[in-house]
Amino acid sequence: MVHVTRKIEFSAAHRYHNPAFSAEENRRIFGKCNNPNGHGHNYVLEVTVGGEADPLTGMVLDLKELKEILEREIMDRMDHRFLNYEVPELADQIPTCENIASLIWKLLAPKIKKGRLTRVRLWESPDLYVDCYGDGTP
Amino acid sequence: MRLELTRRYALAASHRLHSPHFDEAENERIYGKCNNPYGHGHNYIVEVTVTGKVDPSTGMIAHLDDLDGYVAREIIEPFDHMYLNKDVEAFRDRVPTTENVCVEIFERLRRFPGARLVRIRLEETGRNSFEYAGRRDGGKDD
Repeated sequence: MVHVTRKIEFSAAHRYHNPAFSAEENRRIFGKCNNPNGHGHNYVLEVTVGGEADPLTGMVLDLKELKEILEREIMDRMDHRFLNYEVPELADQIPTCENIASLIWKLLAPKIKKGRLTRVRLWESPDLYVDCYGDGTP
Repeated sequence: MRLELTRRYALAASHRLHSPHFDEAENERIYGKCNNPYGHGHNYIVEVTVTGKVDPSTGMIAHLDDLDGYVAREIIEPFDHMYLNKDVEAFRDRVPTTENVCVEIFERLRRFPGARLVRIRLEETGRNSFEYAGRRDGGKDD
């Protein structure tokens, strides 16, 4: 199997706040990330698709197609957005790197028809990333 | 969903590669520049990968403050700005190659209570990196 990885960047704001906790608890648990006005990151997303190269095209999948899927499913939805308020799937969740990576997996997996989504790696900053493998193993 | 969280930490330390199993000439032949008696240093990057269930109330596998605190105590404080051969007990009789440092870091972090340690990836320079994910049977290395 060959793995193909495409990288995109999007910038978005978020805030960590659980309405089930008191204001004081939210501040204690989430610290700076609880700032009511939110804060943002330049997220870097690496999407990996695994499969066999098609003998006619030599490609696992058409990268142009993958680019369009990422544009439609991720960039249009998340780039320059406030994730808590503008991405309905995250409305009832804390938009941590873990939860955003899971959502990205759920959005992309059914759209990739050639090859199979094998990993979503989401960098929140240069010193933190989350890998999502769906229900499979790496 | 299977998720892994990776955090990167920087630490600067010096070491010297020299094995008591070899004579001077052999040490120099095997380790080359790294055998310099005065030691030399690197800006290491430690990548710590953990896994576990995401707590729905926080959205997190592990609270980063807990992980950062644990790594600071177990790794950064004892290793950063140290001469590994002399300042870290574990390397008094073990050559502090990046392979051995990587395994030592894994063993020191495996008891992190907040999540399950998956692997350590240690960059010695921008060009060399080493990974260790523990023994297959989950036991401690000899």
